[in-house]
Amino acid sequence: MSENPEQQIGRLKPGPRLRAALLVLPLMAFIGVTFLAPLANMLVRSVYDPVVADALPETLERLRAWDGQGLPGEAAYEALAGELLKAREDRKLGQVATRLNRVQSGLRSVLTRSARRLRNVDEGPWSGAMMNIHAAWGETGTWRALREAGERYTSRHYLNALDLQRDSGGSIVPQPEDRRIYLTLFWRTLLVSLGVTALCLLIGYPVARLIAHAPPKRAYLLLILVLVPFWTSLLVRTTSWIVLLQNQGVLNDMLVFLGIIGDDGRIAMIYNMTGTFVAMTHVLLPFMVLPLYSVMSAIPRVQTSAAESLGATPWQSFWRVYWPQTLPGVGAGSLLVFILAIGYYITPALVGGSTGQLISNMIAFHMQSSLNWSLAAALGGILLVCVAGLYVLYDRLVGIERMRLG
Amino acid sequence: MTTTEHGFWHIAYLGFCALVFAFLIAPILVIVPLSFNAEPYFTFTDGMLRFEADAWSLRWYRQIVEDEEWSRALVNSLVIGISATVLATALGTLAALGLSSPAMPGRRFATGLLISPMVTPVIISAAGMFFFYSNLGLAQTHIGLILAHAALGTPFVVITVTATLAGYDANLSRAAASMGAGPLRIFHRVQLPLIAPGVVSGAIFAFAASFDEVVVVLFMGGIEQRTIPRQMWSGIREEISPAILAVAVFLIVFAVLFLLTVEWLRRRNAR
Amino acid sequence: MTRKTSMRRILVPGLAALVLLLGGRAAAQDQSLTLVSWGGAYTRACVNGYIERFEQETGIDVKIEDYNGGLAQIRAQVDVGNVYWDVVDMELPDMVRGCDEGLLAPIDIDEMAPGADGTPAADDLPEDGITECGPTNIYYSTVVVYNDGRIGATKPTTIADFFDLEKFPGRRGMRRSPLANLEFALMADGVPLDQVYATLDTEAGVGRAFRKLDTIKDQIVWWEAGAQPPQMLADGEVVMTTAYNGRIFNAQNLEGQPFVIVWDGQLLDTGGVVIVEGTRNLEAAKMFVRFANTARAMAGVGRYISYSPTRRSAMPLISTHAETGIDMSPHMPTSPENAARALHNDWEWWSDNGEEMNERFSTWLAR
Repeated sequence: MSENPEQQIGRLKPGPRLRAALLVLPLMAFIGVTFLAPLANMLVRSVYDPVVADALPETLERLRAWDGQGLPGEAAYEALAGELLKAREDRKLGQVATRLNRVQSGLRSVLTRSARRLRNVDEGPWSGAMMNIHAAWGETGTWRALREAGERYTSRHYLNALDLQRDSGGSIVPQPEDRRIYLTLFWRTLLVSLGVTALCLLIGYPVARLIAHAPPKRAYLLLILVLVPFWTSLLVRTTSWIVLLQNQGVLNDMLVFLGIIGDDGRIAMIYNMTGTFVAMTHVLLPFMVLPLYSVMSAIPRVQTSAAESLGATPWQSFWRVYWPQTLPGVGAGSLLVFILAIGYYITPALVGGSTGQLISNMIAFHMQSSLNWSLAAALGGILLVCVAGLYVLYDRLVGIERMRLG
Repeated sequence: MTTTEHGFWHIAYLGFCALVFAFLIAPILVIVPLSFNAEPYFTFTDGMLRFEADAWSLRWYRQIVEDEEWSRALVNSLVIGISATVLATALGTLAALGLSSPAMPGRRFATGLLISPMVTPVIISAAGMFFFYSNLGLAQTHIGLILAHAALGTPFVVITVTATLAGYDANLSRAAASMGAGPLRIFHRVQLPLIAPGVVSGAIFAFAASFDEVVVVLFMGGIEQRTIPRQMWSGIREEISPAILAVAVFLIVFAVLFLLTVEWLRRRNAR
Repeated sequence: MTRKTSMRRILVPGLAALVLLLGGRAAAQDQSLTLVSWGGAYTRACVNGYIERFEQETGIDVKIEDYNGGLAQIRAQVDVGNVYWDVVDMELPDMVRGCDEGLLAPIDIDEMAPGADGTPAADDLPEDGITECGPTNIYYSTVVVYNDGRIGATKPTTIADFFDLEKFPGRRGMRRSPLANLEFALMADGVPLDQVYATLDTEAGVGRAFRKLDTIKDQIVWWEAGAQPPQMLADGEVVMTTAYNGRIFNAQNLEGQPFVIVWDGQLLDTGGVVIVEGTRNLEAAKMFVRFANTARAMAGVGRYISYSPTRRSAMPLISTHAETGIDMSPHMPTSPENAARALHNDWEWWSDNGEEMNERFSTWLAR
């Protein structure tokens, strides 16, 4: 591609380049600190966790000499007893117990109970005392789990996020069936996003075409109808859908009133996948219509009429002449809707019930309820890679600088 | 193909579009009359449908105006929104000026990075920010939320200002420079007036983004940083009452005002 | 120059408001306390029953935030070292577990006030109502409720009816938590009350409870906040729901809702106020815990909502509802008639197994 003279000047003289870079620098620094650094920090968290290693250094040191068969020696028990008591005193026991529990469920209560009761034990042998407190201390698996939880760097959370784990031999195997959920959720998120994108395209395309080829005054009015929902608060729109779709909501009332369904046959349209789907389509539709509209309004009307005057049927002239020219808009709108859909959180959380939850809701769950932050970070990391990939694709196909708002 | 057949398809097409427009607008419109419900229900009562005067009331509006929590939320939303907007607009406008210069090194990459807060799923941004800002002691502070919202708002400013600058004729700067104007003076006297509509639109977008943001507030805000959307969130999840509908009507009015301003600016700019 | 002034017009008040807010926050810090409680009718009862009086007597401003149980948010605050909750109104199993994990501040029972009749606190309170991190204050119960206006001719009378979709078709509300639901499932499946926790202690028993829940899973609407079930019942969103008995009492008597409580198989719980470890307001927090644990405060709550006091000396102080004059005792979950088939929550089982069950429950829910 040949450069225009201005670009050549830019390359030759350092002045304008430096000035441009200096203008961008403050925002770059700001985004770097307030946005990119937090993301990087989160990604680190998905593979790095020093809590157990820091709390039980001596125990882990002793376990290094252990071959992983049978039980470790008395020294490991003694070290652990001391460090558990210390962790309890330092108020770190909860954090250690939580992490151990994630490697092998059930170990949380083993740890808290042991630490509570060890206060009454004055002297060794510690192995006997600890096995007395809880039989789990006499099992090889407990110690293996302890050793695994003590690793500072681990791929465990990513494996977990893909419904995988390491077995006792160290090879990667699927999680037991009743623990597998994330792949299903990723799959569901993908399907819902594709479905919403397709639906938005299906209903958005005719509307965008109508607006693009209407007389200016009317086009402006119709455009406002698309823009009002675009600008309206997401929470307001979600509330509206609850009002409309709930069991005693406007739509069900109307259907009952019209005699289409009985009062006891009200349809469950919300707090399930239907609710998520409908509300998401509503929220994302403007993001499809607007790019389509801006591409379509640049297509001269004469082209299709010319095709038709040459004997093409309206369908042929649409399919052969019009549609190919709108493809950039279709690409831009679909990618944008898809990108926004796969990271969707608020609407499913409010109207999705338990069956309409997507992967973002699982991230929120691990952030706020189970507090498995490393797993949340790993799930977030996978989602982030998907979005980043789509974003790069968008840039290649559409060009980020061509992104327009409203 | 006969005209009647053509006419039929055309009418079907118009009918379909009408349905889609109804789908877009009806949910927003339905809230307005319901917010005047005299009963604590989310649906039209018989009295409302028969237009009986006592089935309609302003009680939910009175409730939100009198409720201290909602007014505190409004103040929080405004303080956080305005501060974040000022920050985002200043930084975003500067960056847009740089990005629009053909001389900008690595322009494509820089643009991609600066727009990324807009396309990153907000749950991921919020999660990352929660850890990072907590470590810095900025969680549960207004400053933390202002910084976070400013970061999420800057792409809007960058996009709108860059769009306005795309129509900016660089010869104007050159002409001004040849008459002896310094860069600051050129910016202030020549560029700023021309890009002002883009800057204001960007600011409105950034403000609206902050004014509607709930996930970051959910993760990072404490009781002192409850904003309007945060308050609505717990309203929807927990104690749902038509008072929320009254708030929603206020927000719809806000949205329409924002929309009309931005469109007005856009048309002014296009002229 | 108009542009400049308009810029200033936006900037100056914004920044001024900011400075005021931040400054105001720092100044107010010393005399305020953040209490986290269950919201709605219960929080109102606490405010009327004792919090207002606490504020008047101590000059400490109590800010109240809503909470739906669990230790997650507290663990998050303690782990990242940013504690902004001071005191929390909490369920007993969480109190024990939070204490073990070092999330709650220890407080000695001897620091509590003696009973209304002068009995030392340790004797006035039931033995299992005292933890290292604070005493319990109320008995409350999770019960099955139906709306008499919508149920039809046959009425549910037992916990098994809740799971009977044939006799009572329609959606059910349940708390989005394994707590209480597992017990209900086993009781409905025919496990005798005194065997429920022994059954749950086995892998087979837990599986049995989940399988029973499976039979109604697609008919369940999950609630999180205590204020939701009465609302869902009133709206007809569900035909039956589990709920906290006090909320139902309020809906029945203050809003005139035709709700009926099925006391059979009620799950009786206790709760108390605890201090979050690392609070910046430890002294004020201790004052609050002590105040909330007085017989007078407990009785104050009991005059606004049907939750019984844990102190023996407090019950005689409650006679009628403060606003409507209704005799409170027949509405209390501990009244002999209501408690005839009550299951006492085994806090020890839940504090040991709660986390496992939460995990299992959320996996079960997401499938």
